[in-house]
Amino acid sequence: MSLDKPYLDVPGTTIFDAEQSRRGYHLNQFCMSLMQASNRERFKSDERAYLDEWAMSEEQKQAVLARDLNRCIAAGGNIYFLAKIGATDGKSFQQMAGSMTGMTEDEYRAMMVGGGRSVEGNRVIGEDGDAQAHRQPQGSAGNNNNKKKGS
Amino acid sequence: MAHITASVYTSHVPAIGAALDLGKTQEPYWQPVFQGYEFSKQWMKDNTPDVIFLVYNDHATAFSLDMIPTFAIGTAASYQPADEGWGPRPVPVVQGHPELAAHIAQSVIQQDFDLTIVNKMDVDHGLTVPLSLMCGQPDVWPCPVIPFAVNVVQYPVPSGQRCFNLGKAIRKAVESYDEDLKVQIWGTGGMSHQLQGPRAGLINREFDNAFLDKLIHDPAAAAAIPHIDYVREAGSEGIELVMWLIARGAMNDVADPSASTRARHRFYHVPASNTAVGHLILENQYLCGTDL
Repeated sequence: MSLDKPYLDVPGTTIFDAEQSRRGYHLNQFCMSLMQASNRERFKSDERAYLDEWAMSEEQKQAVLARDLNRCIAAGGNIYFLAKIGATDGKSFQQMAGSMTGMTEDEYRAMMVGGGRSVEGNRVIGEDGDAQAHRQPQGSAGNNNNKKKGS
Repeated sequence: MAHITASVYTSHVPAIGAALDLGKTQEPYWQPVFQGYEFSKQWMKDNTPDVIFLVYNDHATAFSLDMIPTFAIGTAASYQPADEGWGPRPVPVVQGHPELAAHIAQSVIQQDFDLTIVNKMDVDHGLTVPLSLMCGQPDVWPCPVIPFAVNVVQYPVPSGQRCFNLGKAIRKAVESYDEDLKVQIWGTGGMSHQLQGPRAGLINREFDNAFLDKLIHDPAAAAAIPHIDYVREAGSEGIELVMWLIARGAMNDVADPSASTRARHRFYHVPASNTAVGHLILENQYLCGTDL
């Protein structure tokens, strides 16, 4: 009998279950190490060398180096752990969360001040809300990135 | 005997701690948030308990993926504020209450809940931000605190019903302690928010306010909400609200239909960083003083 995972049809959302936890163990433990100031300094001085001390996959390392939190989450990262990378970079939780939407920092902050993202259209995959796959990226930061990639 | 006098519910957003620590509470963005706790700070001075039993979640601080306890009770004499990556918050060391904590651990385990007993850990913003919101910025916290950490990071997390039942067991445990202590139980975390992915920033005012209504008037209905409803309606981190049900389950009216609770304060605001801020104070009515 298969496991009960009713959360797989929530758009733009990866639930950190036991399977994700197993996949992301070393990535998330690397994040935990950044709770020590001395480790933060070592990481900042040579990110690649520090990452190579961990039994992470190359995809996980590349996702961290790119600070692409969506890729980190796909590779087993959890946002509570990944927040340590943002803290090391001097970023707030809002900056980190916003970075996953394609919006600029100002666009994301304005959305939150305006009451946040609506649940309408964003409950189930296949609806037409702004978190649905066909509406990505949502903001001008994502569009700029796409232009850079294309040029 | 010891008894529970009141329950307090509040969000525990890290940015709130940063705003306090950096002196930003009067900035236009933050002023409405802190305004919502002005009543609470006075209430706390007027109703300082002997012990706070503080239900919160550890945010990958004391517990990494090496060990993931579903429920963990702190039995230490003291707890240092954690370095979550920004350096430790400049707040007082949290003093524990090892004797009552050990008593509750023994009683609750005997009531069939598996608690992990923790004699050494640092406490993160999940615990210190609620203390700051309710107590301001004192040199020492006004009373000992028993930290009670709930796993809401890795799925599956405990159900609302299990948390509600756990609250009932904690109430029994407190009332079987011989010393005459006034204990408050706090449920923290929530309300609606999502911190990850393209759906980040989700806020559902209707869900949050319906939850507050249920929590006050029909907590059994709130306890029946399944996980998937929190995720779908309140965002992936809205699941933190199950912790509020532990505090609610410990109130007298849940065990005794003739008892009643009184809501002393209710507050809701959007946004603080990525989340809605919710806050509630419920008193066990027969124990409280006169109306304001």
